[in-house]
Amino acid sequence: MDYEILRQMADSWGLLYLMIVFIGVVIFTFRPWARKRYDDAAKIPLKED
Amino acid sequence: MMVEKVSRLNPFLRLGTRRVICEEGTPMATTLSSIGIFAVAGILALLGAAKAHDSLFAAHAWIAVIACLIAIFVITRRSGHSDHGAAEEEKYMDGVVRYGAIATMFWGVVGFTAGLVIALQLAFPVLNLDLPFTSFGRLRPLHTSAVVFAFGGNALLCTSFYVVQRTCQARLALGNAAWFVFWGYQLFIVLAATGYVLGITQSREYAEPEWYVDLWLTLVWVVYLLVFLGTLFKRKEPHIYVANWFYLAFIVTIAMLHIVNNLAVPVSFMGSKSYSLFSGVQDALTQWWYGHNAVGFFLTAGFLGMMYYFMPKQAERPVYSYRLSIIHFWSLIFMYIWAGPHHLHYTALPDWAQTLGMVFSIMLWMPSWGGMINGLMTLSGAWDKMRTDPIIRMMVLAVAFYGMSTFEGPMMSIKAVNSLSHYTDWTIGHVHSGALGWVGMISFGAIYFMVPRLWGREQLYSLRLINWHFWLATLGIVVYAAAMWVSGIMQGLMWREYDAQGFLVYSFAESVAAMHPFYVIRAFGGGLYLAGALIMAWNIYCTIKGRKRDEAPMGAPVIAAA
Repeated sequence: MDYEILRQMADSWGLLYLMIVFIGVVIFTFRPWARKRYDDAAKIPLKED
Repeated sequence: MMVEKVSRLNPFLRLGTRRVICEEGTPMATTLSSIGIFAVAGILALLGAAKAHDSLFAAHAWIAVIACLIAIFVITRRSGHSDHGAAEEEKYMDGVVRYGAIATMFWGVVGFTAGLVIALQLAFPVLNLDLPFTSFGRLRPLHTSAVVFAFGGNALLCTSFYVVQRTCQARLALGNAAWFVFWGYQLFIVLAATGYVLGITQSREYAEPEWYVDLWLTLVWVVYLLVFLGTLFKRKEPHIYVANWFYLAFIVTIAMLHIVNNLAVPVSFMGSKSYSLFSGVQDALTQWWYGHNAVGFFLTAGFLGMMYYFMPKQAERPVYSYRLSIIHFWSLIFMYIWAGPHHLHYTALPDWAQTLGMVFSIMLWMPSWGGMINGLMTLSGAWDKMRTDPIIRMMVLAVAFYGMSTFEGPMMSIKAVNSLSHYTDWTIGHVHSGALGWVGMISFGAIYFMVPRLWGREQLYSLRLINWHFWLATLGIVVYAAAMWVSGIMQGLMWREYDAQGFLVYSFAESVAAMHPFYVIRAFGGGLYLAGALIMAWNIYCTIKGRKRDEAPMGAPVIAAA
């Protein structure tokens, strides 16, 4: 496990892994049927103290 | 019955309930055991003072002894009063938030004053007083730590406790642990500040305190994390509101950064000197990985948590897009952590790492501006509040400065721009538009929001004084940033000016002399900002006292028609 191996892993598989997770998060957030869920969540601070 | 049911589902709550009962049943035992703990800690600190390897370490050990004595004194005096049990019944644990709000105000004034002093020292070097304790080199970290960690840290501590309880509909977890976090953090600040003045430093920017102070902060921080997580665990609200995500990211990431950047070997276990585990360019990168993420996660993520709670509260409308806030969160988390290398352009750091830092910094434009738009658009349909509500005005300015400084930052991270801007006062101007504009203003807004509610006051002492604070601070920031832009670019251009023979046109001392008028202007801007903060301190003091200023309401004409 020298520097070169770690670096190559980081800029290939590591990069791919993080990209997929990030795109997954974005797609998951915009799933259409969750609209009401998020609208409710946005109102949490406005409930009675 | 209800408690029974919830308790079975949630082990954390059960633990909390039992603690409360135990405290109410035998307050004497709790008092005695905490006195015992402080007594043991005090004796250990006394041993540290006696066996110290150097006088600086001894000084810090004495501060720890004094802290333990004060704690024992306060606990002994408190034990006589019986209101302790009654306080336990409150829905939220707000005592620690109240202390935090006052501490924020106090350290804010201290930190801004220190900033003004060192700004004047740059303009008029005689103010260094020819003493080691008051030299610029020692007071500068005092200023940065006082504003970032003492003012900003206390603002984050108290607002996170305020927000997490209200958005989770749950009392802070782990009983008095929150008090340990608060007082432990103040001790950290005192140790750090006295250390700088005495000359204790490990020479890492924004991480100057030595190894034993770092260890103490680690302990405090882990307890902070446990209190925050415990409160999330026992929440009655099924969804964790996005402000808490930002606060949690701030707490977790700061723990990681703090531990890795401060890995060091003490020269002696009773001495104040240590050496970093890393060396050379690795050391530099570790430091700037820490340094930039201190900006990203301490000064940005945490304060975004503030924005996502206090802006909707003050505007009385939900955040513009909750989905955008989630995207904002994850993109910041995914990107910020890679941006640090832009502090090491044109150094021994490998080129690809420099480019990586630059590219990630530029990509940060997107989430930063997404977040800024999300904050500003929260006011859509209620823009008239800008006219009548000075707190909203303050928050809007904060978010505008968030947008401005997160535009300027990525631009400065571009290598070509950085070759001009690096090591000049432009960087100082950039940091201050972020710190005074974004961090300061959003914290002021949050404190103005919380104080009347925390002390059960109908309203603040004066809204018109907030307006004064707003304009003094805004003018101060603009004067400050403009002076630093001009002087920074001038400095950069003077340093790179060659003549026809290839010689440098200016000596370094000439560029220093050229800075003088701008240093004076900068100090003036800082003075305005400090004046605003002093007005705020007065306003907060009178609000806590329950006074009301006789004044025309905001939005109405000041002078009645003659």
